[in-house]
This record gives sequence, structure tokens and C-alpha cells, in this order.
Amino acid sequence: MIGSLGQPILFLVALGFGFGPIFKRAGAGNYMNFLAPGVIAQGIIFTAIFSGIELIWDRQFGFLKETLVAPVSRLNIMIGRTLGGTTIATLQGIIIFFLTLLVGFRPVNLLMLPFALIVMFLTALLFTALGTAIASTMDDFHGFQMIMNFLIMPLFFLSGALFPLNDLPGIINVLSRINPLSYGVDGLRATLINASHFGLTTDFFVLTGVSIIFLSIGSYLFSKIQV
Amino acid sequence: MVQIIEVKNLTKKFRDFAAVDNISFEVKTGEIFAFLGPNGAGKSTTIKMLTTLLTPSSGIIKINGFDPVHNQDSVRKSFGIVFQDPSLDDELTAYENMDFHGVLYNVEKTLKIKRIKELLNIVDLWDRKDNLVKAFSGGMKRRLEIARGFLHHPKIFFLDEPTLGLDPQTRNQMWNYVSALNKKENITVFFTTHYMEEAEKIAQKIAVIDHGKIIIQGTVEELKKSTKTNSLEEAFLVLTGKKIRDEEANPMEHLRMRRKMWRH
Repeated sequence: MIGSLGQPILFLVALGFGFGPIFKRAGAGNYMNFLAPGVIAQGIIFTAIFSGIELIWDRQFGFLKETLVAPVSRLNIMIGRTLGGTTIATLQGIIIFFLTLLVGFRPVNLLMLPFALIVMFLTALLFTALGTAIASTMDDFHGFQMIMNFLIMPLFFLSGALFPLNDLPGIINVLSRINPLSYGVDGLRATLINASHFGLTTDFFVLTGVSIIFLSIGSYLFSKIQV
Repeated sequence: MVQIIEVKNLTKKFRDFAAVDNISFEVKTGEIFAFLGPNGAGKSTTIKMLTTLLTPSSGIIKINGFDPVHNQDSVRKSFGIVFQDPSLDDELTAYENMDFHGVLYNVEKTLKIKRIKELLNIVDLWDRKDNLVKAFSGGMKRRLEIARGFLHHPKIFFLDEPTLGLDPQTRNQMWNYVSALNKKENITVFFTTHYMEEAEKIAQKIAVIDHGKIIIQGTVEELKKSTKTNSLEEAFLVLTGKKIRDEEANPMEHLRMRRKMWRH
């Protein structure tokens, strides 16, 4: 628990205080306020994908194996597992939200907090389902570094969590637009600091739509798991 | 039904390698059946196919009259299993693990409560029912898994190297529980082990598998007679040779190590 909070705290303190003055000089306002939703999203995506990936050993050594030989449909197991991971990742997001308050983050409108929670939940759901789908196709952890370096890190860095999505060079612009996490970060900004790039409605539909797609793919792959 | 497990010409290929190669055998209802073989012989692959975890490449399996490929749920209701690696939820108590199993297998509530008490008493864990499983020793976890596997009144009980890494006292006690339940409820027991004296003592029938093929099956006496040896261990060595099987370190072993490191 403490371990998984280390990274977001580091981002908040090092980047938040480090880039704060430059951000201000550029006339872009308070960087901590800009960064906090990004770091919350980062905490969620890491926890969510990892809880999905844990499937790799759960099905071999864990409690999951007991459920795989029980007379229960694989779809139910997959959905239960995904909702469990989603809940944990959402809680992680909430804890980081409270941490951001400690370093000076102030949400603009407290009435929007329930909507921020919905965005957190959808983001968590989307990436837990993605982690589960990936883990269903992997036999061991050899691909793990690949996932870390070529999936999670790029998703995070190209999501607009750290910098605004305005006026980006072509390729970065395209990548950030097809990155589902961008919409999670943007949704959190829309609800927490009332600043949005895509618009909250778009964020909401993209997150929901992609979640459904990943859940369907994940369920299919999960039903095909052979131990 | 006399034959509770029927296997005909069962084959499992991984790419070109036949892990299980055209095997056939039958297990009678109420029998204790030992499935023996060196490392990598095809024991676990066979158990996985019998228990719906793996689809056969070809051949026929009947578990309690049902086919594991097309009638998964009927097959799953018919057996209980203890895996080689513990599959308990460490964050739950012993009782909660039992209870959850009852929910998964749809055991009626009053029956479930009665059955959990009865089984936990048999494996001497009733006093510890409210303790978290993560505080349990390896032997206690095994006992709990045995009790759990019997909860839904299965017809067949599978054990895949259940005594690996347990001390002789625990092993002995464990087999006492299993054979007691086998007698009491006429449950067929199908197990694998590397301890020949266990198989010799408890199994009524034995099949030896090597390189994916069953090389002999029969009672302990028949095996000893046909190899002209005095113990099952000697018979086993005559049948499978004395060469040590240097299994290539497989991904499973790496995974097992990694998990241990991750968790501690």
C-alpha cells in the first residue's frame, strides 16, 4: 500500500514543485492544480493494470484456480475479478486525491466530486479489463517488462497527465488522442478543476465505450484460458 | 455405474510434442487409483484434461458419465480436487474458505453448515476455523483443501502430488483422512505422487505413465510380480529406468519462484 503510493507522491513533489515556477512564468497558471488529476489517473492505471496482470499467477497458484474448476461460468469469474480490481484501483485514486490536498491541490467545485469518482471508476474498469485481457494471453512474466515499458509508461506519458494537450506536434497529438487514459485524465480535470480539452461528455462516452470493448475482449480471452 | 472414470485413446499434443500419447484406462467407483510416473511423464497434463482445465487433442474421456469438453459443469460438479499448489484464499479464514466453496458449488445452506462442521472436525481444524489461512502451516492448508474438496459430496477426488513438501507425520495423517472419507462416502480417489510407499500402502490400483504412455497398470501385487521385484519402488525403477529426468527448468518453476519473492 505504502509502496504503491510512493510513485504518485514522487511525481507530485518533484514535478509539481519542480515545474511549478516555469508553468507559472509561461502564463499557464498553477501547475499543482494541473498535475494533481494526472497523478490520480496515474495511480489508478498502475494499480488497475497490475491487478489484471496478477491473473498470470493467480490462475496457476492462487485462489483463482479453485474457481476455474468450479461449476461457475467463466464470464462471472472474469467480471467479479475485474470489478474487484476496479474497486481497489478506484480506492487508490481516492487516497491519492487526499494526498494531493496535502501538497496544495484545491478542487474548484466540490459538487463535482461525485462525477470525478465516476471518471475514476471508469478509468479503473477500463485498465483492469485491459490488464486481464493481456494476462489471459500470457503464460509467464517474460513479457512483463515489455508491458511496463511499451504500454503502461507510454500510456501515462502520452496522456496529457503531465502537460497540456494543446498545440502538440502531429504524431504526439495523434497518439494522445487514441490513448484512452487521455480521456480519463481529461475527465478528472473537467470535474476537479473545471478545465477540459475534449469535454466531459466525450470523456465519459470514450471511457465507457472502450471499457465495454476491453471487457468483451477480456471475457473472450479469459473463457479460453487453459491452465 | 461401475466405471466412474473412463479414458480411451487420450492424446494431448503441444505443437509436435505429445505430452500424453494415446493412453487408455478405467477407474472403478470407490477405488483408490494411483497415477505414477517420473517428472514430465504426463501426469499433471492428464489430470488437467480430466478436470476440464485443458482440452484434449484427441480421445474420449468420461467422468461420472460426462464428457469434460462438452459437459463441463456436470463434470465439475462430479469431482473435488487438491492441486499441487495451494489454491486457498489466504486473506479469508478457514471457515470462510469452506463457505465460499459451498457458494460456488451451490450447496444448500443448512446442509452446508452441517457439512463444514463435520469435515473440519475430520481434518482437526474445527478449533482453528476462525483463523486466517495465511497463518496456517503447509500441512494445515493441505488438510483444509482436502476438507474443502469433499464439501460438495463429489463422486471423485483428485489429488495432484498432495504430499509434496510435507513431513512424514503430516503425510501419514493426510492419507488417513483421505482413506477414511473414501470408505465412509465411497468416493473414488485418483492421485499422483512421487512417494512410492504411499502408493503401495493406499492404492488399490496403479497405472505407471512414462513419456506420455501408460507402460503398465494393475494392483501393487501384479506390478511387483511382472517386474519380479519386492517393492513398488523397485518395480517403478525397473519400469521407468534409473536415468534421472533432467527436466528443463520450465516457465512454471520460474513463476513459482517469482511469486514467492513477490509475496515476501
